[in-house]
Amino acid sequence: MTAAVEALEAPTTSDPHRRRGVSAMKTLQFVLLLLFAVVVLTPLYVVLVTSFKGGADVGSATAWNLPTVFSTDGWASAISRLAPALGRSLVLALSAAVLSSILGSLNGYVFAKWKFPGADVVFTAFLFGMFIPYQAVMIPLQKMLLELQTHGFSWIDGIPKLILVHTIYGIPICTLIFRNYYATAVPNEILEAARVDGAGMLRTYVSIVLPVSIPGFVVTLIWQFTSAWNDFLFALFLTSPRNGPVTYALQELAGGQNPDYPAIMAGVLVASLPTLLVYILLGRYFISGLMSGSVK
Amino acid sequence: MRRLRNWGPPLLLVSPSIILVGIFVYGLIGVNVATSLATTTDRITGRVTNPGGLANYGNLLTDDRYQHALWNLLVLTVVFMTGTMVFGLLWSVLLERGVAGEGVFRSIYLFPMAISFVAAGVAWRWLLSPAKDDQAIGLNQLFVNLGVPWLQSSWWSSDSSFNMAAMAIPAIWQLSGYIMALFLAGFRGISADQREAARVDGATEWQLYRHVLFPQVSPVALSALIILGHMSMKMFDLIYSIAGANSYTAEVPATFMWIQLFPQSNPTGAAANATIILAIVAVVVIPYLIYTNRTEKDGRA
Repeated sequence: MTAAVEALEAPTTSDPHRRRGVSAMKTLQFVLLLLFAVVVLTPLYVVLVTSFKGGADVGSATAWNLPTVFSTDGWASAISRLAPALGRSLVLALSAAVLSSILGSLNGYVFAKWKFPGADVVFTAFLFGMFIPYQAVMIPLQKMLLELQTHGFSWIDGIPKLILVHTIYGIPICTLIFRNYYATAVPNEILEAARVDGAGMLRTYVSIVLPVSIPGFVVTLIWQFTSAWNDFLFALFLTSPRNGPVTYALQELAGGQNPDYPAIMAGVLVASLPTLLVYILLGRYFISGLMSGSVK
Repeated sequence: MRRLRNWGPPLLLVSPSIILVGIFVYGLIGVNVATSLATTTDRITGRVTNPGGLANYGNLLTDDRYQHALWNLLVLTVVFMTGTMVFGLLWSVLLERGVAGEGVFRSIYLFPMAISFVAAGVAWRWLLSPAKDDQAIGLNQLFVNLGVPWLQSSWWSSDSSFNMAAMAIPAIWQLSGYIMALFLAGFRGISADQREAARVDGATEWQLYRHVLFPQVSPVALSALIILGHMSMKMFDLIYSIAGANSYTAEVPATFMWIQLFPQSNPTGAAANATIILAIVAVVVIPYLIYTNRTEKDGRA
């Protein structure tokens, strides 16, 4: 895990054998990187300037210009229209992240250190669950949850429904992240010593494994928070704009007949802000989660 | 008895997850397959809408609309995977050589990955507007402003049968940074001694990459291809968000499934469609999972 984070850092020793033409190459390299950075940031630029434009400024001919009059009407409109859904998304993403991280931690501990017969097969079966296209479960899932909802589990609706779904489909990736983390972070000798001292499996987990699990939890919490926050497929099939998350609300906001571009673009930013903040503040762990997505 | 005492507790600890994954992944896949094989008749006319069994798949595969969606998916996948791999590899090579402000570049290239496909799609819907010249908005207008009006395009709304190549642009924008990060980690994992040795032996920079560095990041390339391939097969949010719920022009199997299920009220056909998407993903992912599992074991031995 920490290896994955540090893997991106450049080696600190510099190459002593500088060659001729190196500085020309360096310049070209820098110019190219700058060019690509501008291209990548272009959509962000246009979203940002449009979001601050007011009435007369919205005209399509000047879409790429900076606003002549700085207006926050778009932001005000977007925030007021997205606020309820933002709150719902926050509850959804936090709950799903916490629940699947806890399950992932327990599973990862077992798969890393307590391999029961057939554990590898079960683990691989879990991993496949990470890759399935959710379309392949959507139709019966929708039906099953609706039946539960109408037969005594009326709370399975809207956000609780999505929490349930994201928690369950988040189990595979969280299990993988924790298994890989525990395999290196918790030496077998310590577990062996605990066993000799008479500690059982759960006792060992609580007093030895859990206290060193924080880096693993940071990675799974961020990963799950981001995927639950950004999800649209489950939201569209399982909820309505009335009780759905912010991705659904944004889609509704953007889909009107007379598009209010400043509000729409402000909405894009408002709906992306939490995950962008997570990325800016905790980028290292975010990358670490991404790396585990590639299985190895 | 002793075995039970040894393996009982760990099995008990993971059993909630085993049951949940068992039901929600494998159980529901099973129900979906069963749904796809059902025989259905139209309630009003009594006409058979799905003959049942594998014939349902035959009907779907010979349906013009489905074939059009498959073709779109092929174009999207090829352009998306090629573009993302090229930019991801290029950026990682530019960055792995060490450069001032490396961390800043890395963060910029990776930031689209933190944004939802829906939010990105709303922005790209505007950027890829088909209107041109005086009416142009989005990228077309930018091209006019920059004095390169010949670069204007109808993007994904064009009549060309390769229109989905344009839909790959936002997807490439979102995921190239991810592939860059994967390759960058691969390059950084190669010891500096090897580069030094190659340079002492008189290898040119190109030879160094071609014969020393690229072969060592090829497992990363394989992972990257699998990840991108399976993402492309199930890509829904971005297309829905850019082209809307009912776009025939930009239709792929994943969005067609939505049409089958709701406007057409044909869950059987939708289930068959979804099963095919799953089968394509499984054919690629299962051998890969087995392969990684095996190399991991070899690594430990």
